[in-house]
Amino acid sequence: MMRKKIANWGNYPVMESDEKSFSFTDQLTKLLQENDSMIARGNGRCYGDASLAANTISTLKYDKILAFDTAKGIFECESGITLDKVLEVIVPQGWFLPVTPGTKFITVGGAIASDVHGKNHHVDGAFSNHVLEMDLMLYDGTIITCSPFLNTDLFQATCGGMGLTGVITRTKFDLKKIATSYIRQKKIKAGNLQEIIELFEEYKQYTYSVAWIDCLKKGKSFGRSILMLGEHAEMEDLNERQKNDPLALPKKKLITFPFNLPSWVLNEFSIKAFNFLFYNKNRSREVNNLVGYEPFFYPLDAILHWNRGYGKNGFVQYQFVLPLESKAGLAEILHRISDKGLGSFLAVLKVFGKQESLVSFPMEGYTLALDFPVRKGLFEFLDELDGVVLKYGGRLYLSKDARMKPEVFRGGYPHAGEFETIVKKFNPHFKFNSVQSDRLHITPQ
Amino acid sequence: MATVLILGASSDMAIAIARKFAEEKYDVQLAARRTEEVSALQPDLSIRYNIRCTIHHFDAEAFSTHEDFYESLQPKPDVAITVFGYMNDNEKVIQDQKETLRTIFVNYAGAVSILNIIALDFATRKQGTIVGISSVAGERGRQSNYIYGSSKAGFTAYLSGLRNRMYREGVHVVTVLPGFVYTRMTEHLQLPPLLTAQPGDVAKAVWQAVRNKKNVIYVKWFWRWIMCIIRWIPEPIFKKKKL
Repeated sequence: MMRKKIANWGNYPVMESDEKSFSFTDQLTKLLQENDSMIARGNGRCYGDASLAANTISTLKYDKILAFDTAKGIFECESGITLDKVLEVIVPQGWFLPVTPGTKFITVGGAIASDVHGKNHHVDGAFSNHVLEMDLMLYDGTIITCSPFLNTDLFQATCGGMGLTGVITRTKFDLKKIATSYIRQKKIKAGNLQEIIELFEEYKQYTYSVAWIDCLKKGKSFGRSILMLGEHAEMEDLNERQKNDPLALPKKKLITFPFNLPSWVLNEFSIKAFNFLFYNKNRSREVNNLVGYEPFFYPLDAILHWNRGYGKNGFVQYQFVLPLESKAGLAEILHRISDKGLGSFLAVLKVFGKQESLVSFPMEGYTLALDFPVRKGLFEFLDELDGVVLKYGGRLYLSKDARMKPEVFRGGYPHAGEFETIVKKFNPHFKFNSVQSDRLHITPQ
Repeated sequence: MATVLILGASSDMAIAIARKFAEEKYDVQLAARRTEEVSALQPDLSIRYNIRCTIHHFDAEAFSTHEDFYESLQPKPDVAITVFGYMNDNEKVIQDQKETLRTIFVNYAGAVSILNIIALDFATRKQGTIVGISSVAGERGRQSNYIYGSSKAGFTAYLSGLRNRMYREGVHVVTVLPGFVYTRMTEHLQLPPLLTAQPGDVAKAVWQAVRNKKNVIYVKWFWRWIMCIIRWIPEPIFKKKKL
């Protein structure tokens, strides 16, 4: 047995794990029969401890494309394929992912287990809304098909269920038709929090919307932001050169962050300076341009290992959502963050649309995500923020979480009890368990 | 369009090689003992690379079936790559004659049996490339791995002779000695990162060797020197070592 050190994207926590892989379904059956405690792990792009355990099974080699209906836009694959590989196949055929998070380096299985959302949540919902059906391998090696109409309890508890029901094997999901691989982008500056909230409302007909917000700014510019909107470009939006290959895949030019930055590099002043430059990069209030889908959806993917910028102690990304009527809560949390001076480069603000689900993160309201380098006093501060989030009826994203207390999970997710009952039904001996599920007391330690 | 035949399709190395050749627009014929197990590769390769992929039943140890197996392939391949192999713990292998013979049958006899058939066809057609994935373990017998090692030594010698014999027929033969590779077979081992290749590295090296008509390749270049040193250790010293 070989133990190696693994961590997810936040580099916190780090743990020793015995990681095994499989390429074919029969090999997975054997792994499940030979081990009595494990969690499936994709590309390790959740931030915290959701896919960490003493025994992990890597799905990365289980990455075959099984079918692609180019007429109807239906894609069927094994769970370990990453979204960047899916895009390479579907974009040239005029299709796009129905929902994509801010990185393309996640697996399809991970997208379902975290029920990821994108900049179009208010229009298209979360990833699970586009899953037509999937197969799961349960603890005993049997495979069961579930969908919104078949074995619905299993389906619901698997979408956003962080891998606790079984290992997703096969998935079928629908795609979005595109005429070009370009995005018509509009960027609008907002001077403060009130303004950005109004802008979200004003531009809600846009398919894609997200805002970058400066969490450190105080006074009358408190909450200054840049709203970024987008639509898939049509043929007539392209110039002559682009029209020659409207569905072109972006050229690969990746930069690697070569080492962990020393932790002192990121401090209140350097972050303020970064935020100042980012906000003032564009002089005019509004910018309209045409960009490839990569810089629009995946700006940070261009820098491999950007997480090393937070130093070797790692960071946690804190992402919460508050109901639409809790604007006051948003202001309160932002005030606490700016008072503390602990904020990050980028805080991302987005308005979610409605979503009915068991344990998925999105609900109608405001979601804010920001990074905090791990340092003394941080977790106490985040516990305080958790209190505010719960007070206003919000919750935290399990995929980002590395530290919340079990009562924060149960307080934020009204269907947690029902979820746990379904987990117990399909995973009766808690064969599937992670550091996170133990910490949240979903599985016994 | 050119066609590659990959013998033994279920290993990480085989999948990586299949994808590399498909990316280079080869049609791919995958031959495996358990065809059902690897069936997902058929749509995967066809959809990803827009090529034709077929799956064929092949058992390296079933020597008598090899003739019919190759006969059934349509079209005949332009490149044939043997990736299959069998390795078990040496102590288990030497205590169990079945395991000893299996190691020899798969790695040596099976490979020679099928490659002879393919080489004769290639010679008649005056074209083709044969790639044998052998092993650095065949460069010198070591106490920890000599059944496997000797079967691969035999295979390496066979490939050398085959290359010599086929040269005048216009058929090229590549010997691949991969060294350590990160695969499912080795994930329980602590391997030195500098000496260990990814399956994708092997695939790329094989592709380049086929394209550039290389004879013997190591995937990571230090292996050539490591094996050179190991071969030169005098036997009186070597026999006392625990390698």
